[in-house]
Amino acid sequence: MGRTLTFDIFRYNPADPASRPHTDRFELEETERMTLFIALNKIREEIDPTLMFDFCCRAGICGACAMVINGRPGLACHTKTRDMPAAITLMPLPAFKLVGDLSVDTGTWFRGMYDKIESWVHTNKVFDPAAKEERMDNGLAERIYELDRCIECGCCVAACGTALMREDFLGAVALNRLARFILDPRDERTEKDYFDLVGTDEGIFGCMGLLACEDVCPKQIPLQEQLGKLRRKMALAAVKNLLPKFLNKDF
Amino acid sequence: MRIIQSDVLSVGAGLAGERVAIEAAENGFSAICLSIVPARRSHSSAAQGGMQAALGNSAMGEGDSPDVHFADTVKGSDWGCDQEVARLFCNGAPIAMRQMAFWGVPWNRVVPGEQTYYKGGKPFTAFEKPENEGLIHSRNFGGTAKWRTCYTSDGTGHCVLFTLDNRAAQVGVTVVDKVEAVALIHDGETCMGAVVRCLKTGELTAYLAKATLIATGGFGRIYRESTNAVICDGGGLIAALDTGVASLGNMEAVQFHPTGIVPTDILVTEGCRGDGGTLLDKNEYRFMPDYEPDKAELASRDVVSRRMTEHMRKGLGVASPYGDHLWLDIRHLGEHHIRTKLREVDEICQSFLGVDPVTQLIPVRPTQHYSMGGVRTNKDGAAYGLKGLFSAGESACWDMHGFNRLGGNSLAETVVAGMIVGAKIVEFLKGTESVIKTGVVRDAMAAQEARIKGLVAGVNGRENPYAVKNAMHDAIMKGAGIFRNGHDLEVCVADLQEILARSRKVGLRSSGQGANPELTMALKIEGMVKLALCVAYGALKRTESRGAHTREDYPERNDRDWLTRTLATWQPGADLPTLAYEPATHTFELPPGDRGYGGGKIIARDE
Ligand SMILES: Cc1cc2nc3c(=O)[nH]c(=O)nc-3n(C[C@H](O)[C@H](O)[C@H](O)COP(=O)(O)OP(=O)(O)OC[C@H]3O[C@@H](n4cnc5c(N)ncnc54)[C@H](O)[C@@H]3O)c2cc1C
Ligand code: SF4
Ligand code: SF4
Ligand code: FES
Repeated sequence: MGRTLTFDIFRYNPADPASRPHTDRFELEETERMTLFIALNKIREEIDPTLMFDFCCRAGICGACAMVINGRPGLACHTKTRDMPAAITLMPLPAFKLVGDLSVDTGTWFRGMYDKIESWVHTNKVFDPAAKEERMDNGLAERIYELDRCIECGCCVAACGTALMREDFLGAVALNRLARFILDPRDERTEKDYFDLVGTDEGIFGCMGLLACEDVCPKQIPLQEQLGKLRRKMALAAVKNLLPKFLNKDF
Repeated sequence: MRIIQSDVLSVGAGLAGERVAIEAAENGFSAICLSIVPARRSHSSAAQGGMQAALGNSAMGEGDSPDVHFADTVKGSDWGCDQEVARLFCNGAPIAMRQMAFWGVPWNRVVPGEQTYYKGGKPFTAFEKPENEGLIHSRNFGGTAKWRTCYTSDGTGHCVLFTLDNRAAQVGVTVVDKVEAVALIHDGETCMGAVVRCLKTGELTAYLAKATLIATGGFGRIYRESTNAVICDGGGLIAALDTGVASLGNMEAVQFHPTGIVPTDILVTEGCRGDGGTLLDKNEYRFMPDYEPDKAELASRDVVSRRMTEHMRKGLGVASPYGDHLWLDIRHLGEHHIRTKLREVDEICQSFLGVDPVTQLIPVRPTQHYSMGGVRTNKDGAAYGLKGLFSAGESACWDMHGFNRLGGNSLAETVVAGMIVGAKIVEFLKGTESVIKTGVVRDAMAAQEARIKGLVAGVNGRENPYAVKNAMHDAIMKGAGIFRNGHDLEVCVADLQEILARSRKVGLRSSGQGANPELTMALKIEGMVKLALCVAYGALKRTESRGAHTREDYPERNDRDWLTRTLATWQPGADLPTLAYEPATHTFELPPGDRGYGGGKIIARDE
């Protein structure tokens, strides 16, 4: 212990007309079991009270603290300084609107995304409070849960070449979300409904399949596998859409 | 002046706030939820364990019913709860869980046949009935007679919140994130909405509504060591208290958990001790058997927390840059057990501490965990004192938890209360015309604008808001923690009063422009100190031990004098809350008796 850490942190306050994007350097004595959560709070409380960054759960479960840490998108709360060189560079996530310094607006992005893919169970049934719950196979429930684990941290979006180039690209996270509904028998949408949502360049066909998203996902969600499955399914659906309706049986 | 209007305004977009908003939207009313963070990051997402509902589908839950759930809840509350509310809750819970399933929660389901489960680290088998295949399963969660906790693997809060937020989007609830309510708009009789500061731009907006709901979750961050998210700082409670008329119930009832890790106070599960983990002091000596010869580390949550604190007070804690702590030792359980049965703990230790629990000790200390107190409401969720103001979830004292909430009951409370209070708000909306007094709105906005200008200009002084926060943390950790006694509480109250005076003199070092975090802190620190005073002063006056409230100098639960709920209000300019009391419950479905755990003498009602 006892290293002196230097933090080079991106600074810009869009609300302040005098502010220009730049980096500020801060120095801190490393303490035992220090994480970036501890370090950043120390910097704000003891050195610069204006430093903007986001933490919420500080336990790796809410996704608030994603930032670019020494060049790589990741969660600041479970990054230990011990695992880092003494020189640490912190930048805000690209692809999202900057709020200030390390803080970005993921809320608007994700809300837009789930409005676009209609991220909810589509059903014509009506809930009956007097009835028992509908049954589900436990294995299936667990498979849905696997995909539901996404914390919307935005790391995969920030790491995605396509997402950086085109604002309207839905990103791996959206496609993973959709895969979750495709799996879910409670959702009554058809193949065609799904195709209309993502069978485009904004959706599955814009993905270049370069793996960056899965690499950075802190929840190790099998994004590539989902993207692959969806691509095949949607490619098939594209063909089927050209065929007469009566051939369009469920598959 | 920016004004936004709706039928329902929920300050908070966690499970409770969104569930209420959905009920309103489904009934054709407009609903807005405000949140400091994107809704899905609300603290509800952090709950991994699960939520209680007496479905009785699983083998270990057989014979369960709302009646059994009710008895567990009342006992758990140490008879401090409102029994009518506990009854409403227990009856409503199964419906709420099924509704969540209908909306898309991937609850774990019953797998028929012989299944292996664990209890106390030992495997045993139970036979799941084929006819229950595919129904919602449940797991064990201390303090209950039956296994009753519905769950989705290790991500219950996360899944349920994501599902509710989906539903909210579907039914057209507007969620505004990165905003913070800083005051309620009211005329002393009716609540008309809130003054809200944008955390992206710093701009103020008046959100006006016929019904305003406080659903801001817990206020654990008045303590330094808390398992709560960093945004759980009591904003909604502060706004309610500042009205001078709304009251907060049972603020002294604060639950602690024995094993938060140091430094970041993330929770590691009780399962560690259940499986045979031990607690060691600075000499790596196992001290629990000295205090609790029978149960040692397996005594109940509150007992273990108390003993740990007692031991550290003797100077036997491990010193660290983050304060004293103790060690949790699970090394003897072996690599296989730790990496499989305690995987979550293993991950937390590796990711957040860089500690490998197979070979190293885990630094832990008792940590603030849950706030039983909150905005006092009646059984419909309507706040005392102000028409049009409601509250639900952890921020409310609806009061089914009394002085100690059971694990799994708070997450369930959010959706059950959301369902019930939501329906009551719909009734209220149908019978009400909006009364918006523009003068009141203008004054409320102007008052907050002036406050901000004053903080930037330092008109009252230049006290550092973070330093005041740290002083508050020192005072409350010392005096109103797990163990309480008259002397320490008096010191704590006096210290907090001084700190309150300092909090009224804070000023900024920066310009306060935009999303300025220093201003955010400065705006709420006085209110946080007031909440701390409600806790400490309420605890000082309550001369008994009940549930999580433990007085060393009054070890008995005193039903003769204290079968009551504390109500705290705050008069403008005062430096202490005004306390009043009401009966804990008006109906006794279950007369006061022994809880069956935790020990302690009871002074009976008629003694
Ligand atoms: C680590 C941990 C694990 C837990 N596990 C369990 C469990 O397994 N089972 C169980 O039953 N309970 C558990 N609990 C308790 C349970 O999670 C909470 O009681 C519950 O989630 C609270 O939900 P809520 O909707 O009331 O509030 P929250 O989910 O905390 O939501 C509060 C909302 O209010 C917003 N807000 C706050 N202040 C303001 C303001 N001033 N202006 C605008 N918006 C504001 C926030 O942004 C947020 O949207 C756990 C708690 C912790 C700390
Ligand atoms: S695989 Fe597709 S979604 Fe993932 S980073 Fe590459 S382009 Fe983006
Ligand atoms: S898929 Fe992974 S990286 Fe992308 S938002 Fe979800 S958790 Fe983050
Ligand atoms: S603060 Fe929640 S994931 Fe880091």
